[in-house]
Amino acid sequence: MAGWLAAAQVLAVLVVLAALHRPLGDWMAHVYTSATDLRVERGLYRLIGVDSRSEQTWRSYVRSLLAFSLVSVLLVYLLQRVQTWLPWDLGLPAVGQHLSFNTAVSFVTNTNWQSYSPDVTLGYTVQALGLAVQNVVSAAVGMAVAVALVRGFARRRTGTVGNFWVDLTRGVIRILLPLSVLAAVVLIAGGVIQNWAGSTDVTTLAGGTQSIPGGPVASQEAVKLLGTNGGGFFNANSAHPFENPSGWVSAFQVVLMLAIPVSLPRTFGRMVGSARQGYAILGAMAAIFLVSLTLLTVVEMRGAGTAPELAGGAMEGKEQRFGIAATTLFGSVSTLTSTGAVNGMHDSFTALGGLFPLLNMMFGEVAPGGVGSGLYGMLVLAVLAVFVGGLMVGRTPEYLGKKLGPREIKLASLYILVTPALVLVGTALSFAIPAVRADVEATSIWNPGVHGFTEVLYAFTSAANNNGSAFAGLTANTPWFNSALGVAMLLGRFVPIVLVLALAGSLAAQDKAPATAGTLPTHRPQFVGLLVGVTVVVTALTYFPVLALGPLAEGL
Amino acid sequence: MSSPRTTWPHVLVAVRALLVMTVLCGIAYPLLVTGLARAMPARADGSLVTDADGAVVGSSLLGQSFTDADGAALPQYVQSRPSAAGDGYDAAASSGSNLGPENPDLVAAIEERRAAVADLEGVDPADVPVDALTASASGLDPHISPEYADLQVARVARERGLSAVEVRAVIADATTGPDLGVLGQESVNVLEVNVALDRLAG
Repeated sequence: MAGWLAAAQVLAVLVVLAALHRPLGDWMAHVYTSATDLRVERGLYRLIGVDSRSEQTWRSYVRSLLAFSLVSVLLVYLLQRVQTWLPWDLGLPAVGQHLSFNTAVSFVTNTNWQSYSPDVTLGYTVQALGLAVQNVVSAAVGMAVAVALVRGFARRRTGTVGNFWVDLTRGVIRILLPLSVLAAVVLIAGGVIQNWAGSTDVTTLAGGTQSIPGGPVASQEAVKLLGTNGGGFFNANSAHPFENPSGWVSAFQVVLMLAIPVSLPRTFGRMVGSARQGYAILGAMAAIFLVSLTLLTVVEMRGAGTAPELAGGAMEGKEQRFGIAATTLFGSVSTLTSTGAVNGMHDSFTALGGLFPLLNMMFGEVAPGGVGSGLYGMLVLAVLAVFVGGLMVGRTPEYLGKKLGPREIKLASLYILVTPALVLVGTALSFAIPAVRADVEATSIWNPGVHGFTEVLYAFTSAANNNGSAFAGLTANTPWFNSALGVAMLLGRFVPIVLVLALAGSLAAQDKAPATAGTLPTHRPQFVGLLVGVTVVVTALTYFPVLALGPLAEGL
Repeated sequence: MSSPRTTWPHVLVAVRALLVMTVLCGIAYPLLVTGLARAMPARADGSLVTDADGAVVGSSLLGQSFTDADGAALPQYVQSRPSAAGDGYDAAASSGSNLGPENPDLVAAIEERRAAVADLEGVDPADVPVDALTASASGLDPHISPEYADLQVARVARERGLSAVEVRAVIADATTGPDLGVLGQESVNVLEVNVALDRLAG
C-alpha cells in the first residue's frame, strides 16, 4: 500500500516534468541562440558596458566568469562583515571572518552549504542583497557554462563560444527571474511566508511564548529550488513549515528542482540539431535517477537499525505531513541535482539510507544534476563514454561530429579527477592532522562511531560537488571546516568550469567530421547503457573504499 | 568590450554587472513578490491562528508544546510530537535532533518517550505510534498521525468532560492529506484541534 502511494507520488512529479521539459527546453534553446536583445536587456548592457554582439574566446569567457565570481564573493563577504550597520539586521551581530568566507564562497559556487544556523545569524538585508542575488546569478553562471559547451559541439571552425555577459543576463532576465516570480506566488498560495515583519511573540495555548519568525521567504525559496541552490531561509530548510507547508508544496518543490536540469538536455538536442542526442543524455540521467530513488525509498521504508526498529519506523528527522516516501523523493532529487535542500534530516536516515544521498553526489551530480552543471557534467562523461567505446573498436572517437583527440580526453579526465581528489584529501586531512582531528572529534562530530566519520565524508562530498546538503549534526562552524570546505567548494566549482570551457573552445575550433559506418551512434539505447556504465564505474571505483569505512560499515 | 586579454577590464565590467544584478535580484525581485503576496495576506503573514477572544495564539503551520512550565503534558490538550527545536517547539531555532540510527542517546530517548506516552494515555507501550517516539526534522512539526491522535482521544475527552465522539469530530476536522490522494501523508493539525476544543468549552 505504502509502496504504491510512493510510486504514484513519483509518477505525478514525472508527468508534470514530461509536460514541462519540451516547452522549457525549447524556450531555453531560443534564449541562448536568439540574435535579438530585449529592450530591458539593451538597457542593462549599456549600464554594464558590454557589446552584446561581440563574441568571446573560451579564455575571455573564463576571465569574465571568474571576475564576476570573484567580485561576488567579495560583496557577499563584505555584507556579512558589516551586518550590524545594515537595515533589517534583526539586531544580529556582524558575522566572523571564517564563516563569512565560507558562506560567501558557498552561495557564489551554487553550493549553499550552511555552516551557520540562518535563524540566528543573518538579517534580511544580507539574505536578500547577498544570498538571494547569488541564488539567481550562480544558477545563471552554471547554465552559461553548459550552453558554452553545447556551442562547442554545435559550432564549427570558430574561435568563440558565446558572450558570458549576454548568457548571464539572458539566463536571469528570460529564464530564472520570470520562473521564480511564478513559483514564489504558488508557494505563497501554499502557505510559504513573504513579509518583512520580523518576528512576532505570541502567547501559546499552554501559556508559553513562541516567537513566530517572518521574512521574505517565498522569493528566496523559489529560486533556492529553481536554481538548484538549496540554502534555506531557516535552519530546518525545506522541513520548516514556513518553507514547505504541505505534501503538495513539497512535490511542487521537487518539480522546481528538476525543471531546468531535465529540460536542458532538450535544449542541448535543439542546439546541436538532433533532439534524439538530448534524449539519450536524459535517458542516462533518468536511469540513474530512478534506480537511486527506488533503492533509497525501499531502504528507508524497511527502517533497519537499532533506533528505527525500536521506534517502529524511520521517522526520526522526518515530518508527519511528508512521511517517508515524500522525504526520500525530496532527498534523492536534492542530491541528484546539486540543490542540497532537505525536507528531512539525512543524518537521521537509516545507515544504508544515508548512503544514497552520498552516492548521488559522488556520481558528480549528473542525474540530472544542477542547473547547467548537470548537463556539462554528463556531457563530459559522454565524451569519456565515446572514448571508451572507441577503444573497444579501435577507432578515433567522435562525438557529434567532433574528433575527441588527446587534448579533449585530457580535459575530460582531469574534470572527473577534481572532485574525488577534493573529497578524499579533505576527509583524510580532517583525520590525519593531529590538531585538526582532535578538534573535529571534540567539537564537530555529533554522532559516535562510524556515523561520525560519515558526517565528515558527507561534508566534503557535499562541498566539493557543490551540493550543500549535510549530515547536519556536524558542527561545521569551526575554522577548519569553514576554511577547508570553502576551498573545496571554490576548487570543486571553478576548476571543472575552466576545464569545460577549455573543452568548449577546442571543440568549437574543429570542423565537423561527417558520420561514417564506423561512428558510434550516440542516440541509441546502447549508448545510454554505456554512459550509465561509465558513470557508475568511475564513481564506484573511486569511492568504494571510503564508503566501506562509513555507511557500509554501519549498515551491513 | 571585445575579448580583452588582460583581466582588469573584466573586473570593471563584473563590478557593474553585479551591482545591476543586485538591484534586480536582491531588491526588485523580492519587492515584487512581496507586492504580489499582499493578495494573500493571511498566508504570506504566517497563517496565524486566533483563539475565541481573537488573540493570536500561534500559526497553524508551526507546532507548539502543550506542556506546563516543567515540561509535563497538560492532559486536556492533544500532545505534539517530540521536538529538537531549542527546548521544544522554539520557532526561533528550528532543528532536527540529527541523531543517527545507532546513536545510544536516540535509543534511550525512544524508550523513555514510549514509557511516558503509554503512562499518560494508559495504554500498552507497544501501541504507541512511531511519530510519538521520534523528533521531527524541523522541530516545529504542526502535525501528528491519525493513530497518535486517536490514542489521545480517551484522555482528552475525560479531562474535558466531552464524549469521545465529540473529540473525534474535532480531530476529523483538522485532518488533512495526503494532498490529491498521493502527495505526503494523512496528518492531524494539533494546534487546530486544541483551539477548536477550547472553543467548544468556551
